[in-house]
Amino acid sequence: MSQQDDDLDFETTGHEWDGIKEYNKPLPRWWLYTFYLTIIWGIGYSIAYPAWPGISGATAGVLGFSTRGEVAADIAAVEEANAAINAKLEATELTQISADADLQDFAQNAGAAVFRTWCAQCHGSGAAGAEGYPNLLDDDWLWGGDIEAIHETVTVGIRNTENDDARYSEMPAFGRDELLEEAQITQVVNYVMSLSGEAQDASLVADGAVVFEENCAACHAEDGTGDRSQGAPNLADAIWLYGGDYDALMDTVNNARFGVMPAWGKRLSEAEIRAVSAYVHGLGGGEVLTD
Amino acid sequence: MNYIKLIVLGLITLLAMIAANYARDVAYMVHALIIMVVSGGLFLWVLRNTDEPVPAASLQSTYNDGVIRYGVIATAFWGVVGFLAGTFIAFQLAFPGLNFEWAQGYANFGRLRPLHTSAVIFAFGGNALLATSFYIVQRTSAARLWGGNLAWFVFWGYQLFIVLAATGYLLGGTQSKEYAEPEWYIDLWLTIVWVAYLAVFLGTIIKRKEPHIYVANWFFLAFIVTVAMLHVVNNLTIPVSIFGSKSVIVWAGVQDAMTQWWYGHNAVGFFLTAGFLGMMYYFIPKQAERPVFSYKLSIIHFWALIFLYIWAGPHHLHYTALPDWASTLGMVFSVILWMPSWGGMINGLMTLSGAWDKLRTDPVIRMMVISLGFYGMSTFEGPMMSIRAVNSLSHYTDWTIGHVHSGALGWNGMITFGALYFLVPKLWNKERLYSLSLVSWHFWLATIGIVLYAASMWVTGIMEGLMWREVDANGFLVWSFADTVSAKFPMYVVRGLGGIMFLLGAIIMCYNLWMTATRGPVKETEATAAAVAAE
Repeated sequence: MSQQDDDLDFETTGHEWDGIKEYNKPLPRWWLYTFYLTIIWGIGYSIAYPAWPGISGATAGVLGFSTRGEVAADIAAVEEANAAINAKLEATELTQISADADLQDFAQNAGAAVFRTWCAQCHGSGAAGAEGYPNLLDDDWLWGGDIEAIHETVTVGIRNTENDDARYSEMPAFGRDELLEEAQITQVVNYVMSLSGEAQDASLVADGAVVFEENCAACHAEDGTGDRSQGAPNLADAIWLYGGDYDALMDTVNNARFGVMPAWGKRLSEAEIRAVSAYVHGLGGGEVLTD
Repeated sequence: MNYIKLIVLGLITLLAMIAANYARDVAYMVHALIIMVVSGGLFLWVLRNTDEPVPAASLQSTYNDGVIRYGVIATAFWGVVGFLAGTFIAFQLAFPGLNFEWAQGYANFGRLRPLHTSAVIFAFGGNALLATSFYIVQRTSAARLWGGNLAWFVFWGYQLFIVLAATGYLLGGTQSKEYAEPEWYIDLWLTIVWVAYLAVFLGTIIKRKEPHIYVANWFFLAFIVTVAMLHVVNNLTIPVSIFGSKSVIVWAGVQDAMTQWWYGHNAVGFFLTAGFLGMMYYFIPKQAERPVFSYKLSIIHFWALIFLYIWAGPHHLHYTALPDWASTLGMVFSVILWMPSWGGMINGLMTLSGAWDKLRTDPVIRMMVISLGFYGMSTFEGPMMSIRAVNSLSHYTDWTIGHVHSGALGWNGMITFGALYFLVPKLWNKERLYSLSLVSWHFWLATIGIVLYAASMWVTGIMEGLMWREVDANGFLVWSFADTVSAKFPMYVVRGLGGIMFLLGAIIMCYNLWMTATRGPVKETEATAAAVAAE
């Protein structure tokens, strides 16, 4: 092991381990002073902010800071800034929101933010939906597409246990519960496919029509166009929530579906619900209230 | 010695069979069977090697180097496994289709992620620490490892722990504590191994022939003792059944979270910092052939680091249910920790003064120096990120991932590579490394890989942090979470490429070390040189 103790200004400590020696150099000044500085800062900071625990609590800090206080102040500031227009939003008839340009503008922005935060997880950030989660951009509505129907759906939700008034309907599991024979299910699936012009086996369609008439028409209507009062989908428009191919439809008729949506009335303010209803209504498929 | 090993391995195999027979859940049973197969395999492997010729005796034959040679091989092997897993899950994030449908529940991101972190920290880093601490404590104490075959037990026991932990993650045997995922029986096993490790290390120090304890050994000892304490307290669980993997943690709520991050942060502080500083304090002065810069600095920064690190954990829980006072203290101690952390970097870098020319000629020392550079960078970044205001932007973002990796790949990875390049020629009694230009290739691939990784994570981390909090004039959020995810895609690909380069470098290293050990020219020992001169 070479021993280049050529740094003659400094002595080593005199120790040696496996050829390693140590200089006895002083601490670098900048290092030491920066260390002191951080300690002084630390003492000051822990006086200014909540820090030192005692027996029954901790020092609160002379600045009176708390993280909960900070976020509460932020929220209060936004709520105060929007208080007037939120009040106006709650007071205005749902159908009249779009008549007021400022209100409409605010509702669209607020609704979009609510949608991105709470709705996008299922319906997609572009609201195009996914398998099992309705597309909100089109004009195919399960429970109604005018602004009051949308507002109701958002408030009470669908098939949840949170709200007793939740929109509710339940399709029977025709196969699993042995309400129909397997042959009948095959026939009715072929019939349903024929409604949107995609029958697999034309010979089964006529028999399927009879099965449909007896078992399905009560909810989905004689012509298969559905019934919004029960959330029964239109089966004749070639728009499918759970897939429109043979296998998916066999699964649906055999086991039924049970799509759930939370009751947002429990989690969002009335202004937020009105805003997101206006937003969804304005996405493209919104209908004019007709009664 | 081999017969004792065979008996122990046979016993483990038998116990695993019994456990598998009485298993309450499938994961536990499969686990026991895997232990049985692995220990049975090791049994055969030991049997095969019983009559292999031992390396030529050298002047250092009084040291127990066999276990270190195994440790070096294990370090390289687990390193490649860990880097490969990391690279794969990086691409799983960029291309979710790689979470194959047929591998759901085994090889999806959620299962592979703890496999990656544990493989890199505990398998790669842990073996590096075992091997280097055994090497260093013997040389700097001028004493053979205490406890005879106990060192071998530590090594094989630790490998068993790794295999148990890794297979446990894939089969869903996890207690869901970050970096402490293994279930109760694996924790118990590690405790036994760790106490044996402490005994071997401390025993060697106690019987040392040097009057003083070298600084590297202070760091190693601090690492071993503190990790034992952290491991035991954070893993206090009550098993649901002795023949089942599930257990319930004794801590609840925010106390559990605080215990977990007290553990988690000090796993970084004592496993990945103190232990690796021990490596740095030996290999840098040895490779540079220079005295350590300052004894005074080493003693001051050692005690400051040890004292301060243990309080820094709460900075992982800013803006949570943790009370503000604990969060403030965590932040204050983290910031004060900045200079004590840098003390190690200064001592390492300044040791090179008078030998800076070696950076041009010696790629191994270049590796060690850049590891100190990354160490300095991430120990500045850490205190900065612990500041509440910075943390409110950085927390939960990829910035944290980038920070961890500049430390793990840059500091822990590079210093370990340097140590392996130093150790292999010495342990296999070779004159020099097989190829220095391959070391240079490794150096540049790894360095560029880390830069790609860290830079892409800074970009995505700060970007998503800003997107999450961006509000419009009325105070409404501008982006949905999915928007922030899709915005990160290009940087995720860049990160994956960085991982590929780092992995490639490690594979080149393995080839280089393999060729060094098998094909390198044998070093002339002083005894043979003297004999030649006398003729």
